[in-house]
Amino acid sequence: MQRKKMLVFAAMVSAAALVGLAGCTTDPAVTPPSDAATTPAESQGPEASSNEWFDAALYQKQYDERGVTPEGPADQPYLQHINAEMIDTAAYKADGAKKACFANASISNPWRQTGWITMNQQLKVLQDSGAISSMETRDAQDSDDTQIADIDYFINEGDCDIFLISPNSTAAMTPAVERACATDKPVVVFDRGVQTDCPVTFIHPIGGFAWGIDTAEYLIDNLKAGDKVVALRILPGVDVLEQRWAAADKLFQEAGIDATDYFTGADPAEIKKIISDELAKGDVQGVWMDAGDGAVAAIEAFEDAGKPYPVMTGEDEMSFLRKWKDTGLTGLAPVYSNFQWRTPLLAAQKIFAGEQIPKEWVLPQSPITVDELDDYLARNSGMPDGHYAKFGGENLPGYPEVWEKRMIP
Amino acid sequence: MSRQADAQLSGSQRISRALLTLISPRGAVFLLLIVLLLAITALNPSFAEPGQFIRFIQRVAPIAIVAIGQYFVIVAGEFDLSMGSLVTAQVVIAGNLIGQDDSRSIPVLIGMLVFGALVGLVNGLVTSLLRVPSFIVTLGMMLALLGGVLYWTGGAATGNPADGFREIGRGGIRNVPVLDIIPWAVLVLAAVLAAAIWFTKTPFGRSIIAVGDNETTARFAGIRVWWVKTSTFILSSLSATIAGVLLVGYAGVHPKVGQGYEFIAITAVVLGGVVLGGGRGWVVAAAAGAFALEALFTLLNFAGVASTWRDGIQGVIIIAAVAYSAAVFRGRRKSPSVTSPISGKEPEPFAEPAHSAPQSRPNEGNHSTQKEVQ
Repeated sequence: MQRKKMLVFAAMVSAAALVGLAGCTTDPAVTPPSDAATTPAESQGPEASSNEWFDAALYQKQYDERGVTPEGPADQPYLQHINAEMIDTAAYKADGAKKACFANASISNPWRQTGWITMNQQLKVLQDSGAISSMETRDAQDSDDTQIADIDYFINEGDCDIFLISPNSTAAMTPAVERACATDKPVVVFDRGVQTDCPVTFIHPIGGFAWGIDTAEYLIDNLKAGDKVVALRILPGVDVLEQRWAAADKLFQEAGIDATDYFTGADPAEIKKIISDELAKGDVQGVWMDAGDGAVAAIEAFEDAGKPYPVMTGEDEMSFLRKWKDTGLTGLAPVYSNFQWRTPLLAAQKIFAGEQIPKEWVLPQSPITVDELDDYLARNSGMPDGHYAKFGGENLPGYPEVWEKRMIP
Repeated sequence: MSRQADAQLSGSQRISRALLTLISPRGAVFLLLIVLLLAITALNPSFAEPGQFIRFIQRVAPIAIVAIGQYFVIVAGEFDLSMGSLVTAQVVIAGNLIGQDDSRSIPVLIGMLVFGALVGLVNGLVTSLLRVPSFIVTLGMMLALLGGVLYWTGGAATGNPADGFREIGRGGIRNVPVLDIIPWAVLVLAAVLAAAIWFTKTPFGRSIIAVGDNETTARFAGIRVWWVKTSTFILSSLSATIAGVLLVGYAGVHPKVGQGYEFIAITAVVLGGVVLGGGRGWVVAAAAGAFALEALFTLLNFAGVASTWRDGIQGVIIIAAVAYSAAVFRGRRKSPSVTSPISGKEPEPFAEPAHSAPQSRPNEGNHSTQKEVQ
């Protein structure tokens, strides 16, 4: 009997020790990569923040890019670019319709779904104009392994003229992208980056730090030192999301805002519990989100608790914009430009035409403010809740029915 | 089973037994719950205010209902891993079929119950008639339902259903003195719990435990084992459906809602002292297990534990609680005569000798020898 008790005790101690150890381990697979093609050798910021994802140089770059007026056609944000270094693509110039092969990370969130719909409508335009013959797509369903296999399939059997890749994760996808580059066919990467500059172009909005700066500055302007902000984060370890929080966390600390972060998995039930508990603990003056999915549940938690609405940053998802309008809360909708889903195919067209394109194609990324809210609500009045206001497909065929009915190909 | 023993005890025995029960495995969950609630209150006194506490019960209601459903399956000796994704499926069904049209609420609600019962029927029949282990059957059902949801929604949230339907999970009777609000969810939970307690006392309810304890004996006793097992799966699927209705109100439509509920429910049931493998357990303790788990999550929120540590600490506390439960179980079993041949299936800790006499289990005898030597 005594021995049994000892065993149980020992088991518990070792379990506790295991957790302790797990906390200390540095798994090389999860060390934060410095961003992709832009700053390969850059290390973390020296003093500014304790957050290991904080990258002072990249932070400064994105901070500055927010203030730059983008070049390019004014009414086509998906063709604009910021501080671009143009490169020549004459080597790829070719006649006739080309086949595009698209390795997609997933369509498992409303942002990616909206972009995917837009991309397919863009494809129709380019097929009609004879630039692209067809696009073969493989959906990796959020799996690195699947996407590596998808890319290798395209390389070996896809009969592709150009590779479009929206990487599932940064480090894991780098070798596969390098293999695609080795075919000497053009490679276009967009959204999340990879750690190589071999693709012809890397298309992305300004980035996660810009998101964090925009949102944190808004909350700081509308709150005072010592106020409480609840930060709702989807999950750890994804660079675009971690950078949003790294920037916001740094600014909150500097401004004396008391910010507490939680991982929610985007589960609205979890979000509601977290906010309810925080409200039971004391008043909450602000809510910060690293993505707008679930914003409505957060606002409802304030309603159910009978507390005044917080100052809040969500995203340009229609559910948040509508709830924002209904409640009249003090808010900002940061934008991770959804119209970037149009750009890869348009880049393909330019590459085969031998036109100059940016080596790193930084698309504009500006939040929706309260002054623009009514405009975006009116323009997207028939759109479903999961739609993103800055989807940029108003001049594509099928508008608005395809997005209203959310016809996912 | 314990109820019978109750009737034979005198008043003073009852009191001492109640106290002993608190530190027994069956009562450990109540002790844990009390400790957690006191800890939360110490950190944040406003938690104990009636208005706050009723909100806490409202929040636990869906998971407690799922745990009650899982209790029946586990006590019958099986698992239901499909509950979480059934919750998700029902949430998505409600969101998509009701939309903003209040008049569709009732037909869709009936449709959801029928769908739930059908899922349970399939789980149950495949398990009991085709003799596929329920672990595999319900795992397959879990994937099938998740796949269906993924196909339908593409994995992203769709719009919430009409506010009238969401009122069930979100609203309640307002302007109640002291409490301020009595959420509908609390009333639903009370009704489900009462029905479950009543059901466990019916002859059919007792036959579920008999089947979980020893299927062969139950069959010889004339119980239709296949139907008893199938009915437990139908019960669990219906409870998942009810939880889905509550969650669609509480949280809204999202493919993440309900995710992981099957494991939370199983953990809750085990915390409640219900024996995996079946044959022993109390439905109230299973529900209390759900409360204890949620209280633990809440405690971590109140204690301001860093987000990266949260899951790890949760895991350790759950292991510790279950290990405590198991350790106390063994501690109670001092006399060699009170051993049971099946590992983990000990007799009632405080039962009269008549109840704890060694039972013969024709089909499983070999494990016993080592266990008896302590």
